[in-house]
Amino acid sequence: MIVVNTEYIPGKRIVAIKGLVQGNTVRAKHIGKDIGASLKNIVGGELKGYTELLVESRREALSRMLAQAEELGCNAVVNVRFATSSITSGAAELYCYGTAVVVEEAPAPGGTV
Amino acid sequence: MEGLFVLGMSVSLVVVGLIAGRAVEAKHLRDLAIREQALRHVATCNLRRLPANLAVQEAFLVTGTVAVANDYFKTFASGLRNLFGGEMRSYRSLMERARREAMCRMLAQADAAGARIVWNVRYETACLHGQERNKPGGVEVIVYGTALKTA
Repeated sequence: MIVVNTEYIPGKRIVAIKGLVQGNTVRAKHIGKDIGASLKNIVGGELKGYTELLVESRREALSRMLAQAEELGCNAVVNVRFATSSITSGAAELYCYGTAVVVEEAPAPGGTV
Repeated sequence: MEGLFVLGMSVSLVVVGLIAGRAVEAKHLRDLAIREQALRHVATCNLRRLPANLAVQEAFLVTGTVAVANDYFKTFASGLRNLFGGEMRSYRSLMERARREAMCRMLAQADAAGARIVWNVRYETACLHGQERNKPGGVEVIVYGTALKTA
């Protein structure tokens, strides 16, 4: 599966558009991490627990989107976008969406569609 | 008596925030400068279309994420700034650090995979809730783009 956030894939030609696919997740960390984060709020610095949370959320949302694309029989997702929102304290929503397409090798090198 | 204690607590938190926050920020900025220098060979652009003559072997998504905490002094300084108006320098540097950190992580991912160009770069920012209402506890930044391996 090729995943890009551009409208086309260099060297490939889009032969079919199967529509929008999306994945989202709302995740939280356990209270210990939240307490750690509020202590971090006094001195500043990276919130490692929340960075970890973001990384997990991104993976989860992406994999849900890719599962949808696979179900549609696609081999690529183009124009992927991420969006985030803070739903409640200590939790974050991560949403990603893109267009599922079928691509094949383009005859000309570096050719675009 | 209780009021005095609360006041003393707040003042000491601001002082701790000022000293520790400054130190954390200075260290982070030094660290960022070194890493950015090391990743300078990876070019970035936010163009949607590439020059047609570029021969591309492989294209894939790269991402960088970070969550950075606000320190107590920044919260205090922004409250003061809200009274007088003007640029909130304390928050500006926080946003800048978060964006640069996320960018560094994305570039490192592209670099490790052997890509030299990251194309169509997009930033996404969200505010993390803090302890107090309307006061952000920090920011999270996601940066993503399409890494290209050229022939």
